[in-house]
Amino acid sequence: MAPRLAGGDPAIAMLEIRHLTKTYGTGETATHAIGDVSFTIEAGEFVCVVGPSGCGKTTLLKCIAGLLRPSGGEVLLRGRRVVEPPEEMALVFQEYSRSLMPWASVRNNVLLPLRHKPLSKRERMSLVEEALGAVGLVRFMDRYPWQLSGGMQQRVAIARALAYQPSILLMDEPFASVDAQTRGDLEDLVLRVREEFNITILFVTHDIDESVYLSDRIVVLTHAPTEVKELIKVDLPRPRDQIETKELTEFAHLRAHVYRLIKREQVPAETLTSSPATG
Amino acid sequence: MSARTYRITKVAAEVAVPILILVGWQLWTISADDPKFPKPTTILDKFQELWLFAQFGTHVVPSLERIGLGFAIAVLAGVALGVPLGLSSVARKAAMPHIEYWRAIPPPALLPISIVLLHSIGNVQKVSFIAFFCLFPVLLNTIDGVRGIEPTLIETARSYGVPWHERIARIVLPAALPQIVAGMRNSLALAVIMMVLSEYFSSTSGVGYVLLISKNTFQLVPMWAAILLIGVLGYVLNLLFILAERRVLAWHRGWRAATPQ
Repeated sequence: MAPRLAGGDPAIAMLEIRHLTKTYGTGETATHAIGDVSFTIEAGEFVCVVGPSGCGKTTLLKCIAGLLRPSGGEVLLRGRRVVEPPEEMALVFQEYSRSLMPWASVRNNVLLPLRHKPLSKRERMSLVEEALGAVGLVRFMDRYPWQLSGGMQQRVAIARALAYQPSILLMDEPFASVDAQTRGDLEDLVLRVREEFNITILFVTHDIDESVYLSDRIVVLTHAPTEVKELIKVDLPRPRDQIETKELTEFAHLRAHVYRLIKREQVPAETLTSSPATG
Repeated sequence: MSARTYRITKVAAEVAVPILILVGWQLWTISADDPKFPKPTTILDKFQELWLFAQFGTHVVPSLERIGLGFAIAVLAGVALGVPLGLSSVARKAAMPHIEYWRAIPPPALLPISIVLLHSIGNVQKVSFIAFFCLFPVLLNTIDGVRGIEPTLIETARSYGVPWHERIARIVLPAALPQIVAGMRNSLALAVIMMVLSEYFSSTSGVGYVLLISKNTFQLVPMWAAILLIGVLGYVLNLLFILAERRVLAWHRGWRAATPQ
């Protein structure tokens, strides 16, 4: 299944974030979550966003997804300003157990974003089967999500996003709450479906290895008020492999580089909070 | 104790205790020989004579109709009002004092006015009276259930552009259902109470009416038979409700067992 809006004008970026700011509250008590963030994602790219913990990654993602209104700046999806969740965009949350409906079967969970689309019943069912096939869960269609393991539940959430046929997929630390073995498998699954479905991916993570392993480019953020610290091109050969890719010296260099950037970010914040007032 | 003997002991306890109570009651009433306390066997004879099924159509059916209608109206109204109130904090601010006020009034205090306002001691007044007081448990539980919905689920639906009516039908209502059902169960028990109360106050038919007439004519055996029937009605209605709940909320029990919370 090709994304509906594949192709398009190559001169226009898939996603453009321009001077995005987000402030909660006003006056003295205002919290500046996002200072000034700008970056661009081209069609077909896999971009990871990493940053020190608590740097407003989720806030940024919700602004991009049209779930939160930014205080300033704008998000452009194929040149059009995002003011509400756009149709070409799907979002996968970290908390799979909370984003899936426990009263609905796996099939009905994946159907949720399709019911209001102008499709025939057969088209809907074939989209559901194709998406569940891509994540290897066709056999579990009639189960409830809570009857599946954590990794399988997150695969259901991914299948739901794929069935929606987005041209861009946003993922908010999707593998943060699964074990290491499952995490590796899910990473490879995402890389595979990205090829298969030809989608652009914006992937938020706090795991540096994960960001290097997956992406074409990494956006490193500062702590709040968040700005872009550095954009890093990842030129590791594809297809990536959990063992071979991670053995490459370039992988180690990139990993160390991102690590230093984030470490430097965390030092001032930590000394601020951990030094008790003496005197 | 093996699992088998444990199970047998449990069933025996469930069956033996009521039998023991009945036997003890029978022995005591024989020795007491007091017309206020007829023998259980006499009451059971009367029960069979009245309710199986000579007076069933004239008195039990009207009572059941009133419970059924009043309860159904209360559930529909409670859910229909509870969903918007659960979703909107402004609506809650506006409505909660009124809900708390009417809920605080003891039901008998509204019986006279219900007759005056509705010009009726028939079904309109009885059903309205039952529906009014059964509304509150469903309404308050619906509000609570809707307020407690997982925000991630709502955000998921928003991000997929699910239209509002579908969000209500596919997410808000199912998510609030366990609490709505708990409220319904309280309402059902209330419905039986309100049925007896409204029929006892003024009526021309119904189980409560039989209770009143028997008392006024010093017919204590039919009175006991009516009490027994009301107890059986409440018990059976609750039992049926629990059986239905188990089917409808099977996912909820599985989910709770599977999710540490």
